[in-house]
Amino acid sequence: MSEAQEAPRMPDECGVPDPMPYMHPALKKNYGNWDYHDRPQPGVLRHVAKDGSVVWTIKAGTQRQMDVYTIRKLCDIADEMAGGHVRFTTRSNIEYMVESEAEVQPLIDRLESEGFPVGGTGNSISMISHTQGWLHCDIPGTDASGVVKSLMDELYKEFKQEEMPNRVKITTSCCQINCGGQGDIALNIQHTKPPVINHDLVSNMCERPAVVARCPVAAIRPALVNGKATLEVDEKKCVCCGACFPPCPPMQINDPEHSKIAIWVGGKHSSTRSKPSFHKLVAAGIPNNAPRWPEATEIVLKILAAYKEGGKPWERMNEWIDRIGWPKFFEVTGLPFTKFHIEDWRGGRNALNASSHVHL
Amino acid sequence: MATNKPDTPLLDQLEDGPWPSFVTGLKRLADDEGKAYAPIMKSLLGQLEHSYETRKGYWKGGTVGVRGYGAGVIPRFSEVADKYSESAEFHTLRIMPPAGMHYDTGTLRKFCDIWEKYGSGLIALHGQSGDVMMQGISSDNVQPAFDELNEMGFDLGGAGAGVRTSMSCVGASRCEQSCYDEAKAMRMVINNMLDDMHRPSLPYKFKAKFSGCANDCVNASHRSDFAVLGTWADDIKVKQDEIKNKVAELGRKGFNDQVVNMCPTRALSLNDDDTLEIDNESCVKCMHCINVCTKALSVGDEKGVTVLIGGKRTLKIGDLMGTVVVPFHKMDDEDDYEWLVELSENVLDFFAENALEHERTGEMIERIGLVNFLEGVGVDVDPNMVNHPRTSSYVRMDGWDEEVEKWNSRKGAAAAE
Repeated sequence: MSEAQEAPRMPDECGVPDPMPYMHPALKKNYGNWDYHDRPQPGVLRHVAKDGSVVWTIKAGTQRQMDVYTIRKLCDIADEMAGGHVRFTTRSNIEYMVESEAEVQPLIDRLESEGFPVGGTGNSISMISHTQGWLHCDIPGTDASGVVKSLMDELYKEFKQEEMPNRVKITTSCCQINCGGQGDIALNIQHTKPPVINHDLVSNMCERPAVVARCPVAAIRPALVNGKATLEVDEKKCVCCGACFPPCPPMQINDPEHSKIAIWVGGKHSSTRSKPSFHKLVAAGIPNNAPRWPEATEIVLKILAAYKEGGKPWERMNEWIDRIGWPKFFEVTGLPFTKFHIEDWRGGRNALNASSHVHL
Repeated sequence: MATNKPDTPLLDQLEDGPWPSFVTGLKRLADDEGKAYAPIMKSLLGQLEHSYETRKGYWKGGTVGVRGYGAGVIPRFSEVADKYSESAEFHTLRIMPPAGMHYDTGTLRKFCDIWEKYGSGLIALHGQSGDVMMQGISSDNVQPAFDELNEMGFDLGGAGAGVRTSMSCVGASRCEQSCYDEAKAMRMVINNMLDDMHRPSLPYKFKAKFSGCANDCVNASHRSDFAVLGTWADDIKVKQDEIKNKVAELGRKGFNDQVVNMCPTRALSLNDDDTLEIDNESCVKCMHCINVCTKALSVGDEKGVTVLIGGKRTLKIGDLMGTVVVPFHKMDDEDDYEWLVELSENVLDFFAENALEHERTGEMIERIGLVNFLEGVGVDVDPNMVNHPRTSSYVRMDGWDEEVEKWNSRKGAAAAE
């Protein structure tokens, strides 16, 4: 065949696949016909369909960033013990479905023996939502995989048992864009110094008006340095957010010492009971201490211990704090309250206490 | 030479502890002599250890793609390729999973085989947007790897200023709280926007997510521009005998503390005979009592969706939650799903035409005001869209009578139905 006849393959724009061909047969059979569920033990869900058929789901934690050996091992377990089907949750837990109670414990034992903790259901601390970090991101201040692994090692027991007041969703973000999203606890990079600019590279690498427009506080302006068109930052205005770094890599925001970790609490996506809420700053200035981040972990454990001790059944982190008040939160966690905790961003006045309600 | 396995004293510390270690996985790939990916992963481990030492990232973007598409591949070129040359190109293919992330093992094994042949052997299940992240491939291998995945029936997801990969919860496939067919709605909406996903030219990213109820297991309210949450318009279904069982299990105080008193609208009351009274008109379908009493209480029959618009994360004006644009629309038949597709088209078109560069839907609405957005997408105002009416008198209201007339005629039309 001559080259001219070999038309290049064009994509089959097939979109999101139909889940039905991939789905466990018992889920397919009862699609839209479920009656109720309960949780016989941590890590196990039992769903009963309207026709009386029952499916047990066994949930296990994974490292998310998986080598092919790990994925094949998870597949072997599914082939041998769960009908050859699995599903994943949004927090990178794997779920196996079986149709008889007798299959549950052997599957738990097998997963545990292969190193996959069974848990993450109900009022446990589930897997931490996870961004890309140094492994693959182009703008990271830290490594999500390492932070998550370090924390989950400490939270291993709480993943496997259901002993918190309600579920705890922890998130990590490697920059202030907050890709990890809102969480009951969020560990996010917080830069504390303005970007360091390589003026030799800006004009070639950056679309300068777009970078100027990206700044949330209008601190960036065009400039001429050594005869070269570049950008400069008004360091009095700069909030060190790093928004200029993605569109302009010569404006380096990451710094091994000055890129710190901040901890936020009380974020909640769901509309269950209270309306969704944003997480709030509680601690900052924490060193980005790879490879184990012990200082950040210690604060997270302190917050979790206080919540576990003081939270009432079904209260999420934000609801517990709404009840006890922020003064009590800072008291029971032992965290300092500073001028940086007081909001001055747009709408910030809404965060102030406009009442005589004080906790004494 | 990067083909020697580097010393990684810092990363090695992440092999300790009970949680599954990604480092162990990376090292297993690096040790897999004879495989094409082994030298790549040796080099990758070297660069990652270098990041841990210096606390900096060393990847930069670029332009890599597949024929016919303008997005879906995340290009990564190493800035330290002189030292770690085998992983100098370490791109990611974002692949959209089946809705609800259901798999048979044959599919996962094929993913592994393809990624072993062309890539690094490292796959994330899944990324924050819901993609299968096939991480670590050279520029030359991107096209053949995609072709094989595409032949399997899988397509690239979104990246850049386009429609992004979506997620729907487990929903109807395994949850009695499901209020619509989440997977179907997700596939209909997203598969209708593939041109804006694969050939992106929007002002910025556009995300849609689909949860079956207010528990919002895929975090749609905050993580998406177009959030679809299941709900219902009639009464909560009650099995009073099961309520009595639950009261017996928790005790009266326990039931009152954990169920009745946690209702956000004070719509519940435990009767003297341990049956439950529900003020369904005050209920906002928050799911709490149903979550606690999974056997006794369940969602109603008149099921449908609430649509929230404008959720996003911090860049540029700060994190935003989506806000209600459609309080309720029933999801019974094909026409209802077509309605949702049309709504999503209207929202996307309005966003494409009116947002500024690098502005998300929520930021656009904050800039122009919700009313201008509603008029643009053809949705009428509704008191469910606000926490409370306006508190400021600084607004010009000389069109008041016309607006009242619109409200009255809508009310009249609804009453006539």
